[in-house]
Amino acid sequence: MAESNDVCVFHEVASPFCGIASDDLTIEVSGQTVSVIENGDAITKKGFETQITDTEPRIDGQEVSLEEAIAKAADIVNASQQPVIGGMASDINGIRAAMALADKTGATVDSMDSDSAFRNLLVLQDTGWMTTTLTEVRNRVDLLLVVGSDIEADYPRFYERMVWNEVSLFDQDTSSRDVIYLGKAPSGDTSTSPNGQKAQVLACDDNDLPEVLSVLRALVNGKVIQAEQVSGLTLVDLSDLAEKLKQAAYSVVAWASGSMQFDHAEVSIQMLNEMIKDLNETTRSSGLPLGGKEGSTSVYNVSSWQSGYPMRTSFNRGYPDYDPYLFDSKSMLANGEADSLVWVSSFNVDRTPPETGAPTVVIGRSGMTFDQEPAVFIPVGVPGIDHAGRSFRGDSSVAVPLRKLRDSGLPSTFDVLSAIEQAL
Amino acid sequence: MLTKLTGGRIIDPSQGINDKVGDLYIQDGRIIDPPSDAKIDEEINLRGKIVMAGAIDMHTHIGGGKVNIARTMLPEDHAADVIARTELMRSGCGHAAPSTLSAGYRYAEMGYTAGFEPAILPVNARQAHMEMHDTPIIDKGGYVMLGSDDFLLRMMAANKDQEAINNYVAWTITHSQAVGVKVVNPGGINAFKFNQRKLDLDEENAYYGITPRDILHRLARAVNELGVPHPLHVHGCNLGVPGNMGTTLDTITGIEGLPMHMTHIQFHSYGIEGDFKFSSGAAEIAEAINANKNITVDVGQILFGQTVTASGDNMRQHAGHSHAHPNKWVSMDIECEAGCGVVPFKYKDQSYVNALQWMIGLETFLLVDDPWRIFLTTDHPNGAPFTSYPHLIRLLMDKTFRNDIMSRLHPEAQAASHLASVEREYSLYEIAIMTRAGAAKLVGLSDRGRLSKGAAADITVYTEHEDKEKMFSKPDYVFKDGQMVVKDGNLIHVSWGTTHVVKPDYDESIEKELKPYFDRFHTMKMGNHKISDDEIIDDGRGSLTVQPLHAGGPI
Repeated sequence: MAESNDVCVFHEVASPFCGIASDDLTIEVSGQTVSVIENGDAITKKGFETQITDTEPRIDGQEVSLEEAIAKAADIVNASQQPVIGGMASDINGIRAAMALADKTGATVDSMDSDSAFRNLLVLQDTGWMTTTLTEVRNRVDLLLVVGSDIEADYPRFYERMVWNEVSLFDQDTSSRDVIYLGKAPSGDTSTSPNGQKAQVLACDDNDLPEVLSVLRALVNGKVIQAEQVSGLTLVDLSDLAEKLKQAAYSVVAWASGSMQFDHAEVSIQMLNEMIKDLNETTRSSGLPLGGKEGSTSVYNVSSWQSGYPMRTSFNRGYPDYDPYLFDSKSMLANGEADSLVWVSSFNVDRTPPETGAPTVVIGRSGMTFDQEPAVFIPVGVPGIDHAGRSFRGDSSVAVPLRKLRDSGLPSTFDVLSAIEQAL
Repeated sequence: MLTKLTGGRIIDPSQGINDKVGDLYIQDGRIIDPPSDAKIDEEINLRGKIVMAGAIDMHTHIGGGKVNIARTMLPEDHAADVIARTELMRSGCGHAAPSTLSAGYRYAEMGYTAGFEPAILPVNARQAHMEMHDTPIIDKGGYVMLGSDDFLLRMMAANKDQEAINNYVAWTITHSQAVGVKVVNPGGINAFKFNQRKLDLDEENAYYGITPRDILHRLARAVNELGVPHPLHVHGCNLGVPGNMGTTLDTITGIEGLPMHMTHIQFHSYGIEGDFKFSSGAAEIAEAINANKNITVDVGQILFGQTVTASGDNMRQHAGHSHAHPNKWVSMDIECEAGCGVVPFKYKDQSYVNALQWMIGLETFLLVDDPWRIFLTTDHPNGAPFTSYPHLIRLLMDKTFRNDIMSRLHPEAQAASHLASVEREYSLYEIAIMTRAGAAKLVGLSDRGRLSKGAAADITVYTEHEDKEKMFSKPDYVFKDGQMVVKDGNLIHVSWGTTHVVKPDYDESIEKELKPYFDRFHTMKMGNHKISDDEIIDDGRGSLTVQPLHAGGPI
């Protein structure tokens, strides 16, 4: 590990840790210590500031050289009939290397955030949608409807950057923007306007969202509803919301699929997106799927362009074979269908592999601790701290460049996975 | 390493060589003059074979956000066309929207050595280049999309002088790592965000008061004055709208002699005659192309079957969503720069409209008389997947084959077209112009598409066959930068092509305006928006080739 007492300051640094990938961070690096000194929030601070602890790879808990660890990892994958490459939290090149390794070894690829991602991907593959991106929201939104999600918990700077920005391109008084929550109420007050106008909250239980959204879509389409109440919400309030959506010039309907943890939430997300399509027969309205923290949007993008399919694709038959249910890595491991796991988690020390009896290789961020020591642990650098890279934002159109901020000597995920592939 | 290709029948329109027996010498990836005394390391006998430069697809959607949405949303289309891994090749799949690796292998196996992504949003250029980086063998590059971006329209509304516009265009080309500029439904993608549902050539954008005609003029001038060899690449107004031929004719004459490339012209050549209120405008459009030497076109031929349409033109894609097959579609507004729309589509030979679209494309090919100004495309995958090019070449070269197929199409469509009476058959020389020499000239590739000294040794060798589809499906050999990559129609070596770009000069003062603009209005910083040369080189297998500029005009 290179030691240096020089203090370096980096400006306009992009964060891969949160799906909105703010790229206005100022970061100070002193030796191996990284501090977010401007525009940080709880998520970016934790992401950037988590310290390096272990730098030596381990086999069964014993420190070994990188070469030995790579050879052992290759042995495990080689001996496996149905390997799984899970987690996949890395930058583009790390994910590319994971795809190449999977193709060569007949592995199944899956992301640590697949449960959340597929609530959206299944909609995309079944009926499609109309969506928008963050800069459009920043400059155009006049009505923001937040469905089933508490945005600020996972995206602390969403309102600051996308809603309460002082200036916008099209002469809008941004402080007059309407914010309405349907489902969960906000946990903080970042959704309150600069004038002190609090967001309107139409609260209902997550499990009632399927019914509420069906009724809302019906109202948008002018259908007559006999009931006066739906899941505790009055029809008057829902009718009023439908009318506001129809009157808005550029409404944005945001949801974070990660927060919508009820059975078949994808069907509710589909209902919502079909409603957005209906609204666009006369006005403009767009969906904003929020997600994509720690590289998860990068996973489905790279997997799709290299294999044709998003994650939960198996290469076991020699060609890509996609099934969002059969190739859920958690159930494959739990059911004993997979007999080895390569877990890639280069951003967040808390994202450790699922418990499994299958021999496990962890390509993980330094500082990760385990309840069950994996067969092989190789600490790697963090994309955007220890090496350069690129990462997709949650809105998917934009990929941000990640910079190398310090010289830790830790290898990248790409280096390690490519070396394992070479060693097979 | 000196390689001699002996005795082939060379067709190289760049030198006016039409089927002349000769030898080619290759050293260090380049074609060289016959050496006087050097030792030949390898000689390949090509006697009797047809030898052309590698083919160039000057308009093919192979990388970027909308293509990847198409891939992601069509698992059922891939499932019928999976490709197993081999010792040499990664696995892949995809018929309409193939995986990047498979696309590269398949292009090479058809004798193509370059493909250009025609619609790169500046903000999405990073993704487009990353996908093209994962596309093996072929060279690549792209045209950056302007014309619905807020910054340009704002400059125009403020009546900024042409030099300022040129600066912005040059800055965008440079930092998107592009080789040309494209405009899609000029101003229309932007107007859709203000809920305008159509935008004709002289119709004003509701916010800026700017018309598509103004945008075309400004951008065509900028490209010309900057000396960018590829003329402004135009996807015009009113794509797919019956009667749009009037707008197209007006666009052609309205550009007042500036160089302009009109892409997938087939989709813009529709009249409103007949019982179906849908007719061919190909004859009038072809006549205008023939008369206006500043105009080039590619056809965007449709072929029957399942495909997917992926376009920056979300205004028109949204308008056409009811035709989605299967019934799913995507429309996106993107970053106050542009948008995209993805609509799966099945062209049916018993549909009057689809049958006539097929005929309109072929009429255009056959009625435009200068093969240096018309290019062979299906607007992959919008009209059909690129893998159908050999079939399309046969349609152009074989009148009997063409008329046989035509006789099986919707009867009233047959009656509405004069195609059956068109005698023309393309020659191999004309095919070589359209797909090699002409395409290289159009894109501005100084060292490709030709077989003369100094050119990159991108060479395709065919066995002449009565069935031209067979001939063009399986070349005997393909050489990429001098390396044999295909033998007997099969890939034998995987190499990685270069990325072609141009780097027009600009005055750096443009960043004094752009930086605060990004800071105030965008969600990404100007510095992070730019794509460095290192990003193209990436893990080491990428490279940049900077193509020379023409003598530009005033800047």
